Amino acid sequence: MSDGEIIGSYIVPVHPHTYLVPEKNPGWTKLREAFDEAALRIKNSEADLLIIYSTTWPSIIGHQIQADPNPEWVMVDHDFHDLGSIPYSFNIDSEFANAWNEANHMRGLKSRTINYYGFPIDVGSVVALKLLNPDNAIPAVIVSSNVYANRSETSVMAKACLDVVRNTGRKAIAITAMSLSNRMFTENIDPADDKIHSLKDDEWNCKILELMEKGRLEDVGQLSRTIQKQIRVRKVVAFKPMWWLSAMNDNRNDLTGEVLAYEAIHGAGAAVIHLDPASCGTGDKEYDEDDVEYFYGDRSVLDSNDSETTTIDEEVEEIDETISTEENGPALWEPTTADGSVNSDSAPKPVGAYPHARRVGDLLYLSGVGPRQALTNSIPGGPIHDEDGEPLDYDIKAQTQAVIDNIASILEEAGSSLDQIIDVTTFLVDMKRDFQGYNEVWAETLGKIGPTRTTLAIRALPTPIAVEMKVIAQFFD
Amino acid sequence: MSLSLGVFNSKIIALAESDKDPNPLRHDMAKGKIVAGCIAPHPPHLVYAENPDQNEPTSEGGWEQLRWGYERLRESLSEIEHDVIVILSPHWQTYVGTHFLGLENFQSLSVDPVFPNLFRYHYDLNIDVELAKQIHDNAEKAGLAVKMMENPDFRVDYGTITTGHLFNPKWDKPLVVISSNRSTDYYSAEVMQEMMIELGRITRETIEESGKKAVILASNSLSHRHFTTESEIPEDMSKEHIASHAMHLWDMRIIDYIRSGQTQRILDEMPEFIEQAIAESDGGGLSWLISALDTPDYPAILHGYGTIIGTGNAVVEWPCYKHEEGSQ
Ligand SMILES: [Fe+2]
Repeated sequence: MSDGEIIGSYIVPVHPHTYLVPEKNPGWTKLREAFDEAALRIKNSEADLLIIYSTTWPSIIGHQIQADPNPEWVMVDHDFHDLGSIPYSFNIDSEFANAWNEANHMRGLKSRTINYYGFPIDVGSVVALKLLNPDNAIPAVIVSSNVYANRSETSVMAKACLDVVRNTGRKAIAITAMSLSNRMFTENIDPADDKIHSLKDDEWNCKILELMEKGRLEDVGQLSRTIQKQIRVRKVVAFKPMWWLSAMNDNRNDLTGEVLAYEAIHGAGAAVIHLDPASCGTGDKEYDEDDVEYFYGDRSVLDSNDSETTTIDEEVEEIDETISTEENGPALWEPTTADGSVNSDSAPKPVGAYPHARRVGDLLYLSGVGPRQALTNSIPGGPIHDEDGEPLDYDIKAQTQAVIDNIASILEEAGSSLDQIIDVTTFLVDMKRDFQGYNEVWAETLGKIGPTRTTLAIRALPTPIAVEMKVIAQFFD
Repeated sequence: MSLSLGVFNSKIIALAESDKDPNPLRHDMAKGKIVAGCIAPHPPHLVYAENPDQNEPTSEGGWEQLRWGYERLRESLSEIEHDVIVILSPHWQTYVGTHFLGLENFQSLSVDPVFPNLFRYHYDLNIDVELAKQIHDNAEKAGLAVKMMENPDFRVDYGTITTGHLFNPKWDKPLVVISSNRSTDYYSAEVMQEMMIELGRITRETIEESGKKAVILASNSLSHRHFTTESEIPEDMSKEHIASHAMHLWDMRIIDYIRSGQTQRILDEMPEFIEQAIAESDGGGLSWLISALDTPDYPAILHGYGTIIGTGNAVVEWPCYKHEEGSQ
């Protein structure tokens, strides 16, 4: 099977006017024509999956993924109910939805699939699917927009989706259902009088469109918080879909962009934009924020012994949560077994499918060992960064000692001990900061035994730790 | 402050003058009144925990403190005659003005988009369209943006249904359902309050004109910071507590005002409460309620307090029927 990929992306507006009453305003007509053009392009592509991230489907407990293979109902907008009803019957790829959900869990995210008769599919998703996929020829998946999610959670969720796209060889189209500026007129208006709510909103929208025309999607993602503050109603929390869409496109800045239409819907900025993965050659970008692979978010709020006070900032997304070392990191695995494998309940759970150690002849090879604690998964000396990748202060000596204690537990399980270690390779994520502290603990422990040693600086480890050791021991009779 | 609010204020003045014309209907019938006003929060968890026939999922209970609070509220009002229940629901969110359900009956299945695992409720509710339209018309005359919702395919929001069920599980009284205008988000909590205080006054005066006896319900939580995880068994009460100490302090402060008859202070501190406790009263329900009750200075009855996935919820009753001398 050939590798799956994102073969195109679209940004489309959420309000029902383009579907129900495009003829009532020339701008709405243009948006509808742009929708139709996008539908044609999708039809003529080799797309076999539509993936929708919708800002009009909020969630609280992580992200939700629609998995009902054939959701049917009649959608009526909460605000624009007088424009009419939209009956729908969609073709959802529930297998993909379930795989995506699993992939989210593998990357440390909270998510669940939704498969309930009568579930109210949101207006943004309904309009997008009705207009972009009118005969349901291509199966779709829909994901919610979490009201508390930050950039790392949102982009890691996109990466989990990409994992599944690639593993299953899909040719997918990524779609965000969203407004640009989302300020609407707060009174009823004559359709003929529709325009962008304010000049300021219009100017920001034009700036976004200029970047999109140049394919600079990641730059728009990096501007997400600024855009949110300037032209977005606060409740929606952030201009998150651009985080998601950029991550779906490998955070690229050199896509080929085309704005098919830009008009107002009841004051909000509505655009149909096509982003093609073909490189347009202008690729400069400057990262203000890290590219995160795993979600290390706080997931311990249910623990009633966690009594730290939360600091409330002005916006929900800014809430400063206490980092839980207990659950900080990727999913944990049970150690695997094979001929000669050794696994210990007193050593930290693996973060993948491997045993703690394996005996070959009189040699014992250990998998890389870090400082995490076996039962709690906490990190002595503290994690090195928080859920957003923001650095935290930590104690390298405590971490190093914990690594050695974990090694001792595994050796003991194998019937060996620390004094039988013959070779150690140590990985440090910050040589400059940590070498000295690590070296001091070493001198007091393994240094007195005398294994050969190699110390390397590396960029990152899978969990938020600063030190890991790879050990070989020999069974001396 | 926005331009539109200025327009809206000038229209109110215009109404005050034209209102001097006596309304003949108003003198023909007995004066209506609000017999009680309540904070009646709507977490779907409470309906889930009660296992009513209408709800598809089943539970082993949970959140009893709040459910007992609702029981005490129902008991407290069981002998108090009323014709209609007026609800302002923060989960019918409208950006273009305030909307009113405008058809006699709504029947359908309500699936909570956030907690579909807990709430899939088959509802059948009746609307007092006449009263809804009267409040709508008077609000329009006062310069508020309003709309009647007359699309028969419309699904009633789960907040209305949850509050409706918990307050009156028999569903034997008609409702007036008012949407939550998102003016806090669009402008500020201060603008929201000006609009809701106005809508509250209009609600009270319209009920008086109508000759009906009404209970009015603000369907909102207090502090509103959720957990972002759900325990394996949602009703596992060993996992339930307030999201943070700061949220608890805010809830207790508001409850203190509620119990000591200091509703003006609630209005005064509303912007800070909304900002710092992410309070669900950002949807306008509580300000509307207090205004409709004419900013009562007598103590309300706290029937219950509890948390739901970390948010603070109080079941509260202002027993207007006991204070008729002091109220309008
Ligand atoms: Fe709510």
